[in-house]
Amino acid sequence: MEASATTSGGRSALERSSASRLPDQALQFGLTALATLILLLIGYFFVRLIGQSGKAFSTFGASFIFGNDWDISRNIYHGAPLVIGTLVTSAIALLIGVPVAVATALYVTELCPRKARGPLSMLVDLLAAVPSVVYGLWGVFVLAPKLVPVEKWFANTFSFIPFIGGGGSTVTAPNYFIAGLILAIMILPIVSAIAREVLATVPSENKEAALALGATRWEMIRMSVLPYARPGITGGAMLGLGRAIGETIAVVLVIGNAPTIGHHLFNQGYTLAAVIANEFNEAANQPLHASALFAAGLVLFVLTLIVNIIARWFVRRGTRGMRAPEADADNTLSVYTPSTTAGRP
Amino acid sequence: MTGPETTSKEPKRMSSAPEQSEQTEAAPDLSAMGERRQGHGIKVRDLHAYYGSVHAVRGIDIDFPANEVTAIIGPSGCGKSTMVRCINRMHEEIPGARSEGSVSLDDLDVYGSNVDVTAVRRMIGMVFQKPNPFPTMSIFDNVAAGLRLTGMKSDNLRERVHRALRAVGLWGEVKNRLNSPGIGLSGGQQQRLCIARAVAVEPEVILMDEPASALDPIATLKVEELIDELKNRYTIVIVTHNMQQAARVAKSTVFMLDGEVVEHAETTKLFTNPSDERTERYVTGKFG
Amino acid sequence: MSTVSGALIPEISAGRKRRDRVMRGLLMAGTGLALVPLILIIYYLIYKGIGSWSGSFFTTDPNGNFFGNPGGIRSAILGTLEIVALASLISIPIGIAVALYLTEYGNDGVFANLVRYFVDVMTGVPSIVFGLFIYIVLVISHAGGSGFAGWKGALALSLLMLPIVIRSSEVVLLLVPSSLREAALALGAPRWRIIWKVVLPTARSGLVTGALLSVARGMGETAPLLFTVSVAFPVTFNLNGIMNSLPLQIYGDITSPRDVVVARAWGAALTLVALVLILNLIARAISRRSRLT
Repeated sequence: MEASATTSGGRSALERSSASRLPDQALQFGLTALATLILLLIGYFFVRLIGQSGKAFSTFGASFIFGNDWDISRNIYHGAPLVIGTLVTSAIALLIGVPVAVATALYVTELCPRKARGPLSMLVDLLAAVPSVVYGLWGVFVLAPKLVPVEKWFANTFSFIPFIGGGGSTVTAPNYFIAGLILAIMILPIVSAIAREVLATVPSENKEAALALGATRWEMIRMSVLPYARPGITGGAMLGLGRAIGETIAVVLVIGNAPTIGHHLFNQGYTLAAVIANEFNEAANQPLHASALFAAGLVLFVLTLIVNIIARWFVRRGTRGMRAPEADADNTLSVYTPSTTAGRP
Repeated sequence: MTGPETTSKEPKRMSSAPEQSEQTEAAPDLSAMGERRQGHGIKVRDLHAYYGSVHAVRGIDIDFPANEVTAIIGPSGCGKSTMVRCINRMHEEIPGARSEGSVSLDDLDVYGSNVDVTAVRRMIGMVFQKPNPFPTMSIFDNVAAGLRLTGMKSDNLRERVHRALRAVGLWGEVKNRLNSPGIGLSGGQQQRLCIARAVAVEPEVILMDEPASALDPIATLKVEELIDELKNRYTIVIVTHNMQQAARVAKSTVFMLDGEVVEHAETTKLFTNPSDERTERYVTGKFG
Repeated sequence: MSTVSGALIPEISAGRKRRDRVMRGLLMAGTGLALVPLILIIYYLIYKGIGSWSGSFFTTDPNGNFFGNPGGIRSAILGTLEIVALASLISIPIGIAVALYLTEYGNDGVFANLVRYFVDVMTGVPSIVFGLFIYIVLVISHAGGSGFAGWKGALALSLLMLPIVIRSSEVVLLLVPSSLREAALALGAPRWRIIWKVVLPTARSGLVTGALLSVARGMGETAPLLFTVSVAFPVTFNLNGIMNSLPLQIYGDITSPRDVVVARAWGAALTLVALVLILNLIARAISRRSRLT
């Protein structure tokens, strides 16, 4: 449809005088230039970020990422505690957030009464509207203190499990777990929205195939819905991961901002994004420190870029690729066509 | 490899083309499923079906005799698909849809309060207009899907899957690639795969909702041959747009219009000497 | 003829039925769990924030005093409105223009798909990175004669809002039936007139919805402002200087040891969430109405 609109546009444009074509061409040129400009601008920002990070990378090399020593007083910036903090909190966010988000999406698309669909989706989507500073406020004054007793009990009861072990005495109010939990809540709406979108593309004939075999509702979900939607849901989870990695303000308020590697789920830590927000003021007069923060930003940027690129690939595959090549042709064939369809494979 | 040959040789009495089946393993071979079996008929009484406020089926009484093929014809939107979907309670899966009246499989009330809807669908299988193999499953897993639901495993399962594939005449075409995806097959093969999936669980009745309308003529012919074979073990209800198809496969035919049954008669009578004027106009192509 | 006796009805095992019930229950419980944070956050915002709301809360500026009345949030509200308004003025027209390029000229071309791809990827870039971009390019260099400045914050926000506007606008513009465009083209109308007279008016409510959602998103962002605007207490209409904003006011107040200041953070947070939610609800109402007509 789109293509035919353009060709007919091109043809009628040829028939008109060049004077009346001028505004059209100017508009097309202007819009194309604008799109180009935005791409160039992003590229330029990226190059400048690399430039500003150079000092830190040339001073510390690979140990900027792998070294475990972030010490402002000695002007040494080895960022392993930040990288690990980012990965740990994001992993917790995914472990908690994705199952809940997928359950929500499945319930809304497959189980709940039709009338509840819209309102339920809207309520979950509203979680995305809450600003991150508000999550931080709520996390630091309500969630973190209220969860300390639970965390102590948990750490005591399951002290034999590595990483959770250490007992209740090591529990601090700001910690990896709280940060991960807040992140889980923050990624829930996006993962759920993508999952809903993907689940909506599962063809009803696949679901009917399962039901007609005598499958229960859950068996239908397991047989036809989940396998079909898996790539898309994976992509949604990856997009959530990207969000979790980059989230700053909510995390800086509940992670504890300790530039060490916590040995315990309920220990304080730091993340790449949190360190930038927190130390950026004091770094203004110390070029190496500032450069280290820009480098942390660069690592963050590249990390989220990679995660997002993979995520987009999955989502695209999830919403388009699964169908058989001929399935789309069949859709247009819903009207009776006696025997003209010969020759299709 | 020895399995199919021995089974396809032994019974000669039912296969329409036993010679060919030995050579190509392509013809449907219902004997793979066992002896001819006395099926069970369906009785539909005063059936009404609605989509929201739309009254799609308006009071229908039909008997579908056991071990017979009954065709349902009629113009688009006459409610024939809806009626058939009421028989195995698939109609109620559509949001806002509901039905009234009774459907029984012999003396069993399909809508009875003590009857589990999954059990109903187990007894009354269905084949859809568009071939709908599970896109993420292999050929084998597609046929095994219904059996696995009941917890069937390993050897027994493999045996049943192979039998079902032979029964629909697909065995020779797919025996070497049972683990490749079901959606890799051609449209006609996919539809036979779906029939094999329905047959594998050994239902009493098979409902077919325009099973050949998305297929080319050769694939259509194969499906029609298969339907002819299947009636030896199952009661078959086939909805079709195609009057020639109804004439070829069905013993009796029902003509529906605007949600009601206009005429139900022996197929030859319905097409050559219809008693209702509307039927005559439809079968002679004057409307619809 | 034999009949279907009870024995012939295939047995549906109790285990299957139980698993079905348990899994349905779990999915429902998961949905309930997902709603808990929203309810809790709104409850605590009202419970802790409504007490701060008073006439003077909205009409006085924060004063930074260590004792006594800490002041209200007037400058924060005005600052947020100024910055977000400027960011909207930049990102919404540009965003719709790029979306028009994609749907009306780019179509399925290589360059258009490249733009689409980068817009997609941009939606995933953390907001703090946009803040860093502007900080490096404009704040360090003292562009415009000042370091931190409201307009730089607006630029950072518009970078963040741009992909949201482009994405939502493109979706809406694609919904405009091509038959409308073709009908106008057949009459010999030039393309720019079709865009102006047919495409944009048809898509108007959808475009407004997308724009409002992007404004709501920009309004709540803290990190980009942190690197570009800094904080000043008094009301200012000079966008070329530091100014106050709701997110930064809340962020600053959270770390205060004084209870009254923390209470102001809750009150400000309630204000911010109310603004964002109202924008969201208006956007949804508009999109719902347009779908009905």
